[in-house]
Amino acid sequence: MTPLLEVRDLRITFPRDGASPLVPVDDVSLVVHRGEMVALVGESGCGKSLSGLAIPRLLPDTARLGRDTSIAMHGEELAHLEEKAMRQWRGRRIAMVFQDPMASLNPVMRVGAQIGEAITAHQRVDSAEVRRRAIALLDEVGIADPAERVDAYPHQLSGGMRQRVMIAMALAGEPELLIADEPTTALDVTVQAQILELLDRLRQERGLGVLLITHDLGIVAGRADRVMVMYAGRIVEAAATAPLFASPQHPYTRGLFASIPRIDSDGERLVPIAGTVPPPDKWPAGCRFHPRCPMAIARCHTDRPPLDPIAEGHDVACWVAHEVLS
Amino acid sequence: MSATLVEVERLVKHYPGGGGLFGPRRPPVKAVDGVSFHVAPGETLGLVGESGSGKSTIGRAVLRLEPPTAGTVRFEGHDLATLDAAALRALRRRMQIVFQDPFGSLNPRRTIGDSIAEGLVIHRLAASSALSGRVAELLAEVGLDPSYAGRYPHEFSGGQRQRIGIARALAVEPRFIVCDEPVSALDVSVQAQVLNLLLDLRERRGLAYLFIAHDLAVVRQVAHRVAVMYLGTIVEIGPARTVISTPRHPYTQALVSAVPSPDPSTSRARIVLEGDPPSPSAPPPGCPFAPRCFHPARDARCTSERPVLRVVADREVACHYAES
Repeated sequence: MTPLLEVRDLRITFPRDGASPLVPVDDVSLVVHRGEMVALVGESGCGKSLSGLAIPRLLPDTARLGRDTSIAMHGEELAHLEEKAMRQWRGRRIAMVFQDPMASLNPVMRVGAQIGEAITAHQRVDSAEVRRRAIALLDEVGIADPAERVDAYPHQLSGGMRQRVMIAMALAGEPELLIADEPTTALDVTVQAQILELLDRLRQERGLGVLLITHDLGIVAGRADRVMVMYAGRIVEAAATAPLFASPQHPYTRGLFASIPRIDSDGERLVPIAGTVPPPDKWPAGCRFHPRCPMAIARCHTDRPPLDPIAEGHDVACWVAHEVLS
Repeated sequence: MSATLVEVERLVKHYPGGGGLFGPRRPPVKAVDGVSFHVAPGETLGLVGESGSGKSTIGRAVLRLEPPTAGTVRFEGHDLATLDAAALRALRRRMQIVFQDPFGSLNPRRTIGDSIAEGLVIHRLAASSALSGRVAELLAEVGLDPSYAGRYPHEFSGGQRQRIGIARALAVEPRFIVCDEPVSALDVSVQAQVLNLLLDLRERRGLAYLFIAHDLAVVRQVAHRVAVMYLGTIVEIGPARTVISTPRHPYTQALVSAVPSPDPSTSRARIVLEGDPPSPSAPPPGCPFAPRCFHPARDARCTSERPVLRVVADREVACHYAES
């Protein structure tokens, strides 16, 4: 079956005057099926957000996609599609939700009118029908009293409700793929749980494919079907959620787990990863994690480890992990 | 020495509601509405709550960065409201604050060495000939290279800046530090480094912390006791271990269950609360949590009579039905 989304060899470069180009994302491949939630996880600067923006081709003008990069929806190639043709996809079959809804909503426009814009951008419908659909969408995303809230301004809504409005707008074009970039990071934990439940419900009810981009491994557990962990522009580990959490193989993934404070801990010390994530112009040769890795061997300094299967459906880019098991 | 370092009694902080010139005057925002707690020397009290719960306002009021509307704050037995400016300044040396965003509190045009030395100069804690040596010691103590003293804030990563903020707080040798969301802007791998640093410093220097955070798992990591805030009041306070493992207040229960667990095998029951917290300018009558409460015993009493903190087992809980 052709996947809903298939990204192969995603490479994003930023040309620089008098220096070699920056390559903040390199060789990223991922697949999202209908009704599936795939999580792209990593710390700031790892390239996860740029990867998400590349799919609906929302990268800054100065960014270039690699020559071998392929971004296919239902097998149809989008990576080098011209802008006009791209509009048939963006906002319509591919929708995005961002971290900060206040930055994306127009503060002087009623939310119903903003959802209406998203509806009429893709379909010709009369104003009574637009309003009816806007109310139905607000209802679908779990906003109480949708017939009244449709006339509210963004500042009259709470952070959680604004994020629901953003999701309603994203749904207006009847998308098949929803890219959610840190959709709950700005929200309080109890509201965060509500929004994650909503995304999960939409995935089931609408068969929506969801690419969840997050720094938080915690929100991924029990919700995503598969997880891909990024470090310094590359995917270092990819697996179904259960095996990834049960037996993480990459030293970086393990380091992340050891760094997360647990609510059910007995107060034992966390084991942090030494050092910090280097900026893209200082990424080392070989495995990019090797300067921080407690297990690095000579080869890690020079040769780049490929993302190879270590078990059925579990890929790891680590020389040491493969050596131990082979 | 008294057993209590910081004592907060019935603290209230209201902000004027605004409006009034053309529109109706809005009621005041009751950011903190009658909060009492204490912190012992060397102890860490975690203050947990969601945005708008009043936790940061408490941190600022405890240091008297903002005068409270009512209530008292005592530090080493002194009522801060009764002290003159000189006495307050002398006391301030022993109580410091570390903010979420150290970049916002570091002067971008001064070297970090100068920023760290500032408190030493103001409180005359080191002769000018000894300043650079003290700064180097402080940088080393927070895990930074002493040679960094001549650099500027923009040259550092978020985690390093937080270490600088901590070094600056330590410079004046405080006994008590308010940590206001000290790790919430940091990536997880760096967050763990800073948490461990705070634990090391506590052990080495016998520091007491008021550790303010929205993340219950982070608080579990450092706090001896925890106070859970909702809409300007403490709804549950007690030993961190038992409050988090067996929460008694329905809000604490919801908060604990909403914390994402990085371990899918521990299938905790998820309580997803309905709606949002009410506005602190118009708190509901009775229990502030009643409109969102799912407790089976919830009844008319909850919406009319405000529950006060009372002892339930090893903690205090503000719920009429904390036993069931």
